[in-house]
Amino acid sequence: MHRFANPARFLRIITAILPWSAGASAALLPLGLYFALIGSPPDYQQGDSVRIMYVHVPAAWMALAVYSVMAASGAVALVWRHPVAELVAQAAAPIGAVFTAMCLITGSLWGQPMWGTWWVWDARLTSVLVLLFLYLGYIALVNAFDDPTRGARAGAVLALVGLVNLPIIKFSVDWWNTLHQPASVARLGGPSIDPQMLLPLFTMAGGFAAFFVTVLILRVRAELLRRKLRVLRLAQAQG
Amino acid sequence: MTRKRRRLYLLLAGLASLAVATTLVLLALQSNLAFFYSPSEVAAQGVPEARRFRLGGLVEPDSVKRQADGVTVEFRVTDTRASLPVRYKGVLPDLFREGQGVVAEGMLQGGVFQASEVLAKHDENYMPPEVAKALKASGRWKEGEGK
Repeated sequence: MHRFANPARFLRIITAILPWSAGASAALLPLGLYFALIGSPPDYQQGDSVRIMYVHVPAAWMALAVYSVMAASGAVALVWRHPVAELVAQAAAPIGAVFTAMCLITGSLWGQPMWGTWWVWDARLTSVLVLLFLYLGYIALVNAFDDPTRGARAGAVLALVGLVNLPIIKFSVDWWNTLHQPASVARLGGPSIDPQMLLPLFTMAGGFAAFFVTVLILRVRAELLRRKLRVLRLAQAQG
Repeated sequence: MTRKRRRLYLLLAGLASLAVATTLVLLALQSNLAFFYSPSEVAAQGVPEARRFRLGGLVEPDSVKRQADGVTVEFRVTDTRASLPVRYKGVLPDLFREGQGVVAEGMLQGGVFQASEVLAKHDENYMPPEVAKALKASGRWKEGEGK
């Protein structure tokens, strides 16, 4: 891990990954959308409304995964004071917030025709809304300090405290009565989704993950270059 | 012990105590976090009349009766051990059908649950219509698991 703490080396590594992740998302997202909208059967109960799942579920998975990335980077930044880890956590936050918002919006659009309501305050929906506020709170807190280092540390602590929400989201449907149905993919006894429907779901999830990596690299790279530029300008001004 | 080590242990200890605290809070709130109550819970607790709560369960097969006015529906909600009659006036969601999960909000009046809102609950099973038909034809369709 400490090998990646050097910003110049980190920049070289992520620049090498970028074409692969960009290529993977450019290939997987259209393919996944084709399978999701045309190449997969309707559901026996929900008909064509089930196709919302192929956006809703990958967005939910990414909302949780990006938060884990953010909290892990925050922990590395807190303990080992690696500046690159701070950057990664801050670059990931807005992307995760967008995935969470996407999950909530598509879920709402799906809930209206299927359940008969846009929103209910059950444990699953409420805990995901809390996740969105954790992301927004993190972004606000990091930017609330004049000293960026102090902002990054406060943000990392908030991100780590918010980590308790992840198992609550995952197991909310098992621990309590909820309107949201229990897990279909990651559960004991294997997935309860037909293989013809798992294919578009996993393709979309792969596309979402590759898209996240691509946007994360672009954001981290831009920030690293911005800092390099500032150092160069300062050196030039001092002549 | 280096400072990095100390920070790491502090962080781990902080996370562990946070996890314990959250677990305790969630255990304490256990009963208040339920979105709905099942008919047997309602029977066991003896909910007073005219108190609002949500009732959840499966729509009992062959229990749905539409009234003459066309908008009032009566059906029974069951959790296979106990069941309660429900009366509802309004539009039912697409997924409402016999054997399917529902969550109704309302109150008990004279032993009948007067619902002001009925939501459909869907299960975790997803499959194409042909597969569902084949499963039913081969007799491998499990009762109570997605109907």
